[in-house]
Amino acid sequence: MDRFPNHRILPYGLVLPSLTVIVVFLIIPFAQAIYQSFHRVSPFGRQLRYVGWRNYIEMFQSPEYLSSFQNTLIFSVLVIGVGLTIALVVALLTTQKIRGAGFYQIAFIWTYAMSPIIAGVMWSLIFDPSIGILTHGIANLTGYRINYFTDTVAAFILVTVASVWVMLGYNICFFVAGLQNVPHELREAAAIDGATAWQTFWVVTFPMLSPTTAFLIFVNTVYSFFQSFGLIDVVTQGGPNRTTEFLIYKIYRDGFGRMQEGQAAAQSVVLFVLVAIVGAFQIYTSTKKSVYNR
Amino acid sequence: MRLKRKTLQKIGIHLILLTTLVAVAFPIYYAFVMATHTHQDAYAFPPILTPGDQLIPNIKEAWNRVDMSVVLNNSFIIAVLVSIGKIVFSILAAFAFTHFKFKGSWFLFPLCMVTQMMPLPVRVIPLYQTMANLGWLNTYQALTIPYLASTTGIILFRQFYMTVPEELADAARVDGATPMQYLRSILVPLSWTNIAALLVIEFVYMWNEYLWPNIVTTASDMRVAQMGLRMLYTSERGAAEWNIIMAGTLVIMLPPLIVLILFRKQFAQGIAMQTTK
Repeated sequence: MDRFPNHRILPYGLVLPSLTVIVVFLIIPFAQAIYQSFHRVSPFGRQLRYVGWRNYIEMFQSPEYLSSFQNTLIFSVLVIGVGLTIALVVALLTTQKIRGAGFYQIAFIWTYAMSPIIAGVMWSLIFDPSIGILTHGIANLTGYRINYFTDTVAAFILVTVASVWVMLGYNICFFVAGLQNVPHELREAAAIDGATAWQTFWVVTFPMLSPTTAFLIFVNTVYSFFQSFGLIDVVTQGGPNRTTEFLIYKIYRDGFGRMQEGQAAAQSVVLFVLVAIVGAFQIYTSTKKSVYNR
Repeated sequence: MRLKRKTLQKIGIHLILLTTLVAVAFPIYYAFVMATHTHQDAYAFPPILTPGDQLIPNIKEAWNRVDMSVVLNNSFIIAVLVSIGKIVFSILAAFAFTHFKFKGSWFLFPLCMVTQMMPLPVRVIPLYQTMANLGWLNTYQALTIPYLASTTGIILFRQFYMTVPEELADAARVDGATPMQYLRSILVPLSWTNIAALLVIEFVYMWNEYLWPNIVTTASDMRVAQMGLRMLYTSERGAAEWNIIMAGTLVIMLPPLIVLILFRKQFAQGIAMQTTK
């Protein structure tokens, strides 16, 4: 640990750059957000006025906020549930002893380079009401033409599919890395004891993979809560009927569009608490006594 | 008989993987096809699924509509600056946390980890006011400096530096090298894989940033790539000119894709290192 015992000051100098950025651009602004969440800008002038818990109380009484909250949660659960399941299946298959395993592992990575906006643009073409391939396909099968400009379900599916798609490369990459860390002997031992592939997966592989899974749940939560902003802003603008007005989009609208800084700050604090809960879960999973005393 | 079943199983695996791959690649392929057709052919029914010959004219058109050279240039500058800055800051901090014993490190290390918990959006409003007070709106400082602390980077380098044998530092010390000389001539050259991995992660991340640039830039010459794409896309509602939109999309998605493909091995290794505890 202490490989250069005679240098007492140097380590502080080494962490100073990172620390300065963290304090000035993270801790202080965050503290300000908490402060603002208990204040309001008065309608005349730019003075802040203390309002206690009012921003929070009104927020949780607002049907708009509650439905945004609910939609964000549904969206996150779908992105995490569907996205991680597909990624895990693909990762499991590409780590089998098959030819071209390396090719597949590389072939799926590239969606990682795509931005949420690019995902949104590409999938909105597929969902396009007049020329979208999916629209044509569904119309041919059912006679119903989906239109994500007016149809809330179609819009919700569009943003979910685009999000799952854009996160897929990253998720697969981490699952592949995690699977390669699961010792072969354990799986083989289970197989010798007569366990089926299905049993081996649930008893050996999946528990050993839990740090990776927890990490991916955290990353995908951050994506659903924050990174999805670009996709929403460009493709649906929160619509139709506010279905895709997720929490971050609402903060942006209230904070910058409607100039309700206090209310937006209160929303930011709640959002932080949500992320912190998922983050704490991840840290807990990755630091607790490892599964099977690895 | 047993062998046959295994072969069948393998064929099944290939089938599933190939089908998934085709489904995942389709949106890009279709975007590419769109970008190679005229406006009229883009609206053909049934849809045309093979490439045409209009790619170059469409790219030219998209290029002019959104001032592509400006937005690409800006995104390139901020992506490179932030990548380099984060790599340097993370190496320094990771070096401190792995090679020195100093008072307060028990507290400073977790403090560096909280960046992960406070993504930019939860502090976006006060941070905007900070930028305004500093007079940084519409500057590269606003687009780069708030990003420079990196949890991922510190973890990535720390994980690796902990595994470097202590004898290396001892030998350097005996030879009279200062810690910074040791860092520069021994540790950094050993870290190329991690540096490349972090470069991919941060370059892709910054290239794809949208919310913050959208807030701190209003001047047209400070716009970034993702904002250019939005303008291209939203200005074309109605009978959207999908061929132009997709031509622009291809151009904008290319730089991070090239970086990822160039360093894919290092990126995968970096991820593997992050998952081993």
